[in-house]
Amino acid sequence: MINIRAEVKQEKSNQANSMTNPRTIIDKVWDSHVVVQEPDCPAVLYIDLHLIHEVTSPQAFEGIRKRGLKVRRPDKTVATMDHSIPTLDPSLPIADAQAAQQIAQLEKNAAEFGVRLYGMRSPNRGIVHVIGPELGLTQPGMTIVCGDSHTSTHGAFGALAFGIGTSEVEHVLATQCLLQRKPKTCEVRIDGRLSPGVTAKDIILALLAKIGVGGGTGHVFEYTGSAIRALSMEERMTICNMSIEGGARAGIIAPDDHTFEYLVGREFAPKGDDWDASVQRWKALATDEGARYDKSISLDASALQPMITFGTNPGMGIPITSRVPDPNKVGDSSQKLALEKALRYMGLQPGESLLGKQIDVVFIGSCTNSRLSDLRTAARLMKGWKVAPNVRMLVVPGSQQVKRQAEAEGLHTIFKEAGAEWRESGCSMCIAMNGDQLSPGQYAVSTSNRNFEGRQGKGGRTFLASPLTAVAAAVTGVITDVRALLED
Amino acid sequence: MSHFYKFTSRLAPLLVNDIDTDQIIPARFLKATDKSGMGDHLFADWRYQSDGRPNPTFSLNQEAYRGAEILLAGDNFGCGSSREHAAWALKAYGFRAIISTSFADIFKNNALKNGLLPIQVSAHVYRFLNEAVERNPRFEVHIDLDEQRISFGEGSSEIFPIDPFSKYCLLHGVDELGYLMKFQEQIENFEATH
Ligand code: SF4
Repeated sequence: MINIRAEVKQEKSNQANSMTNPRTIIDKVWDSHVVVQEPDCPAVLYIDLHLIHEVTSPQAFEGIRKRGLKVRRPDKTVATMDHSIPTLDPSLPIADAQAAQQIAQLEKNAAEFGVRLYGMRSPNRGIVHVIGPELGLTQPGMTIVCGDSHTSTHGAFGALAFGIGTSEVEHVLATQCLLQRKPKTCEVRIDGRLSPGVTAKDIILALLAKIGVGGGTGHVFEYTGSAIRALSMEERMTICNMSIEGGARAGIIAPDDHTFEYLVGREFAPKGDDWDASVQRWKALATDEGARYDKSISLDASALQPMITFGTNPGMGIPITSRVPDPNKVGDSSQKLALEKALRYMGLQPGESLLGKQIDVVFIGSCTNSRLSDLRTAARLMKGWKVAPNVRMLVVPGSQQVKRQAEAEGLHTIFKEAGAEWRESGCSMCIAMNGDQLSPGQYAVSTSNRNFEGRQGKGGRTFLASPLTAVAAAVTGVITDVRALLED
Repeated sequence: MSHFYKFTSRLAPLLVNDIDTDQIIPARFLKATDKSGMGDHLFADWRYQSDGRPNPTFSLNQEAYRGAEILLAGDNFGCGSSREHAAWALKAYGFRAIISTSFADIFKNNALKNGLLPIQVSAHVYRFLNEAVERNPRFEVHIDLDEQRISFGEGSSEIFPIDPFSKYCLLHGVDELGYLMKFQEQIENFEATH
């Protein structure tokens, strides 16, 4: 076998607790998926669900095709198209030739390798991280991967779910396994009750502001505490979704009654006796009393305010009533540089308040905040208001199912009457690959997850916030503390 | 994959923390269905002006750093999206290694799978290298993967971490999928009871 030299200097990652010791949910899911563990090698980890989208898969399919391999488990592989697809009239041909080619390629690959595809005409297509849970594909205790960093979303169900690169997509296609080193564990304990106007999005933005974009590197977060238990499944998905923005491989929440109520009856969820047995099994996943984590972080939910980012990474966030930090007050010279660079890009002054800042675009969408509850919350606040004349507002549901449900409830009418654009589902302006994008210099308040330079269009400038804060900005035309509108 | 032992190179400095993969290769270049041409789009929004001409203030466009095979970059390099296109673009541009004080997990995995070596150095060495390239853009470092050593200046060096498996694969040109494929039987047995 592989002969690894003894002098190798390597940080030994924490050894797995033995089966009898108290274990975290992360240990339990990990342990039950290790196929082989050779000494000094990464584990061969079995993958229960492999999600595929058009952007990170073509080179992987090409790889297995060149080797003459098949997809080992097409029954555990599910594809959809979300990143580069248009969100305007889906019956029109796709104008962008490269996007059209990428979509055609996925159709071809899915057909050739027998992979289930929720394609352009499917009533069940949508953003990959929205449809997995929605269809009941995402289940507790599973290992789930996708060539997409926001695969962490599925951790809300007690699955170990993480993003992988295209080479790894190829590995999973061919073997249904991945070579992985066991991640470290980090408990993120969030207790306390949220105040009105403060949402799951504000929890995660506050956590990121606290730990920074590298604070979770090498770890999987397990979110625990009363604030997490009180959240709905869709809110939990918002939190797990952005674990990657803290550098964590994944975020996970032990399943409970909220989880089971969400899942029961969904298309791919277990049925009948199988359901009962599954629930029993899922209940045993919770972290054992006395299990140890490599690290822990805590956050008091009752102290939180609505959050907004001011900079060019998701860790650069502040409570909406706070002022933009001053680089001169930052001790560390590289952090000072990063802050100066961010403020320059964003066109903001140190010490400035963001409240009252005029904006150009509001985007409600993305795998962070495009599910039915997000749209309901946004519509409820929006009712009776108009989008401010200086603002373009896009509402992009996370999936076609979400779109239909929202329309059945009349939410689309509220948005449209207010002057917002109501679109077909997709990633849209979260990643700006499909023409839904900011122009250089424009300011957006966005419910998505990344405010990196140019993420929503070259030269565009993003303030990340919750759907409530996004609506408040849309109707007032400026950055606004949503709590002022809720009091009215 | 090209085998990878020892080499000496100048450094191209990009001294920004938290460089995300959207900067390394912006999303609009991800519509390709193959891996070719990615090098031209590396750091596109920093590297080119809006008229498409090279931005003269960007370090990779400066004569002094042409041909450098090592990128020296700030902490938490490669955060954000899982796009392997970032590693392909760096490799296609001509980089063989990135030196930083830390790397985002998915990027590190992607880099190692493409023969691009992520070299994690201490904050002290990072500062030293920073100052050294600033004083002398022709400053060189020597990389020895087998010894896991980065050497520079007058006899200074540091050992860098790399997991033994990745090191073995890089040194011996082992194909990870080939390694995985050897476990067919174990995978079948696992599936039978899982
Ligand atoms: S909505 Fe945005 S973050 Fe989510 S999968 Fe699509 S592009 Fe990625």
